[in-house]
Amino acid sequence: MSATSLPPSAIPLRAGDEKPNYLNWSYAVKDWLLTIDHKRIAVLYLISISFMFLLGGIAAMMIRIELTSPHGQLLTSEVYNKMFTMHGVLMVFFFLVPSIPATLGNFLIPLMIGAKDLAFPRLNLLSWYLYTIGGLMALTAMVMGGVDTGWTFYTPYSSVYSNGNVSLTLVGIFIAGFSSIATGINFIVTIHKMRAPGMTWFRLPLFIWAHYATSVIIVLGTPVVAITLALVVVERLLHLGIFNPALGGDPILFQHMFWFYSHPAVYIMILPSMGIISEIIACFSRKRIFGYSFVAFSSIAIGVFGFLVWGHHMFVTGQSMYTSMVFSALSFIVAVPSAIKVFNWTATMYKGQVWLTAPMLYALGFIGLFTVGGLTGLYLASLAMDVHLNMTYFVVAHFHFVMVGGATLGYLGGLHFWWPKITGRMYPEGWAKLAAGISFIGFNLTFLPQFIVGYLGMPRRYHYYPAEYQVWHILSSAGASVLAVGYGIPLIYFIWSLKYGEKAGPNPWGAIGLEWQTSSPPPMENFHEIPVVTWEAYAYDDETEHGAQEDRKDMPGTSSAVRQEAGRDNEEGNSEAHAA
Amino acid sequence: MSVAAAEEHGQHHDPHLQHQFQDMDQQNESYVVGMWTFLVTEIMFFGALFLAYTIYRRDYPDVFLEAHHHLVVWMGGVNTVVLLTSSLTMAMAVYYAQMKNRQRQMLFLAITIMFSFCFLIIKGFEWKNKFEEHHVPGPYFEYKIEEPKGAEARRAPAKIESAALTQMSKGGKVVFPKDAVVPEYASRAQLFFSLYFAMTGLHAFHVIIGILVMGTLFFMLMFKHPATDYYMPVEMAGLYWHFVDIVWIFLFPLFYLIPGS
Repeated sequence: MSATSLPPSAIPLRAGDEKPNYLNWSYAVKDWLLTIDHKRIAVLYLISISFMFLLGGIAAMMIRIELTSPHGQLLTSEVYNKMFTMHGVLMVFFFLVPSIPATLGNFLIPLMIGAKDLAFPRLNLLSWYLYTIGGLMALTAMVMGGVDTGWTFYTPYSSVYSNGNVSLTLVGIFIAGFSSIATGINFIVTIHKMRAPGMTWFRLPLFIWAHYATSVIIVLGTPVVAITLALVVVERLLHLGIFNPALGGDPILFQHMFWFYSHPAVYIMILPSMGIISEIIACFSRKRIFGYSFVAFSSIAIGVFGFLVWGHHMFVTGQSMYTSMVFSALSFIVAVPSAIKVFNWTATMYKGQVWLTAPMLYALGFIGLFTVGGLTGLYLASLAMDVHLNMTYFVVAHFHFVMVGGATLGYLGGLHFWWPKITGRMYPEGWAKLAAGISFIGFNLTFLPQFIVGYLGMPRRYHYYPAEYQVWHILSSAGASVLAVGYGIPLIYFIWSLKYGEKAGPNPWGAIGLEWQTSSPPPMENFHEIPVVTWEAYAYDDETEHGAQEDRKDMPGTSSAVRQEAGRDNEEGNSEAHAA
Repeated sequence: MSVAAAEEHGQHHDPHLQHQFQDMDQQNESYVVGMWTFLVTEIMFFGALFLAYTIYRRDYPDVFLEAHHHLVVWMGGVNTVVLLTSSLTMAMAVYYAQMKNRQRQMLFLAITIMFSFCFLIIKGFEWKNKFEEHHVPGPYFEYKIEEPKGAEARRAPAKIESAALTQMSKGGKVVFPKDAVVPEYASRAQLFFSLYFAMTGLHAFHVIIGILVMGTLFFMLMFKHPATDYYMPVEMAGLYWHFVDIVWIFLFPLFYLIPGS
């Protein structure tokens, strides 16, 4: 554990150059691939995750093309099975789970709490390498013939009968799981121990609370799925038979252990997204978030209750009825903290000065779609309804509303919101609004018909279906192509903006939060001096207009500003801020 | 921690202080919190296996009781003593790391490594024994039921068809002693040995990791690597090693000491 010297001291500064920042201090490949800077690692993650998202998206398009005809027209049944498995594996394990924590979380957590880096920078780099190795193994397995088990790898099909490259895929996921664990441990320690002076728990941005809850879930859940998948591998390779019914083993036990992680994994995907939405809504409503502590603790509550609902995946697979009743009740309870968040975001916008930027559009889309996804979850949590809806497209539509309409829209919103901070450049606002609109329309067109066709009885994972379902599938496939355009546009203008984007100042949104106090892109060490925090997160109420935030009196290194309006009806900030 | 304290520490900069931390206290606490969080993940890792064990022992108590007679208790017992002693020597190594006594640190690390190898060697003989008796699950699995003794003889009526079940699975076969009752539990013995190999195997893997970590520390100490002036690496390795021991403390009674009722 040797001390690491800080690179910026070595940078020659010429007149007219940009200020030294984490992007321009070195352009060597080595300084990217061996970097221990959380910001660079976040960028590495961003690139690899986008790549995985692209591949997973291509698989999704193949599925949607195949489903335009009731008889199948493009893929054989075997290839179709492999295609939806590829879509599921890539999207769940290699996109959704790491997406927000490993990119935006990695980049922003130290900036938001006023630290120079995560607590364990080398562990952070290791996590990226583990992710890459795991991803390459899974991709290799797919190239070498693929897997046809579905992303859930249910035994005994996966352990005994399937002759795809199950073992290699599982080992890839296992390794990627450790990347996730490394990130989780890093975040927990960082949030506990690296906060700047004055950054108390209740001054933390809600993004941090969300990531804290996420990290706890990662740390408690991921090892369980890792060992479960490892047991499937040893069952295949070494004939140990822990889930083998022929030996008295219990395949349902696999499902229990799998969903013990994979249900909370949904919250690994959605909680960071909720954190992003809290930031965006507060910033673009120019208001303190309504019920800060409720939103904060609802993240923790989701983390806790999220671990107690996994049995709702097994209502019809041989679980005791009484167990199912308990899981059903708990699944209803987990909807409460999610609803608290939705109500608080809505209340935050009430009487706020809502500024409809692209991130805000994504956030509004999130609230609507996540609400639909959450409410249809209640249908599925009720025992009798679930008998009808289980294993149909209703389920598919439900979790896509949460994962795509929720997590992915949140991710894109966050990417737009912090793009100026990450790259120092603005994205083109008009195009971004257009893309947000197209995504929203495309998304609804894709997945609303799936609710209907699922309710009518279309089973998931089938590619031959009765002709009367065709119209819904064609609508859905048409929506998927609109959605693809909605995702394609940002990809183009984000890359475009790297060179041609308007230069962003340190705080283009006039947002409150430590990450906006430092320059964009941030310098190598994040802050030239470690900030002392004397204000709460979301103290928006005092400002007069956008962009006025740079001149806040109580922030370090700033000039004059009037922070306090007399007669403010909010009590927060009064204790430490003064009228000039 | 206040800014003033941070600045004060900055003046006499500890060479072990990494750039992301303000002072040594923050760094040390971060390592400790990080290591304990890691151990939590390890508990969950093994926990899933312990859950599987619990469920199957509840489902097939007689199988587990019968099958555990095939494990060599004295070997497991000796290994328990070996590992517990190694925990003591590891604690000594940590103590001397804090006292900055390089020689003693190396001595106790070496003893701990020796005990770990000792554990693995005994484990290896045990496993070899299982291979010879065809107790490794899979196509070559063979199972000879121990002659029932005492109270156990009164349990479990004969059920031939369950034996046939095992015959079918993966080609393993069950050899029954002449005239012996054929208890139902015979057919599930592969499950017991699957758990046995999975759990002791994962544990042995952790012992190997421990040897690699301690070995690295030993050589770093030997070549006076600057990082070894700092007690934290040894402290972390110690925490890990105690965890590995604790897992064994649970594994030993669960597999070797199943009481008959």
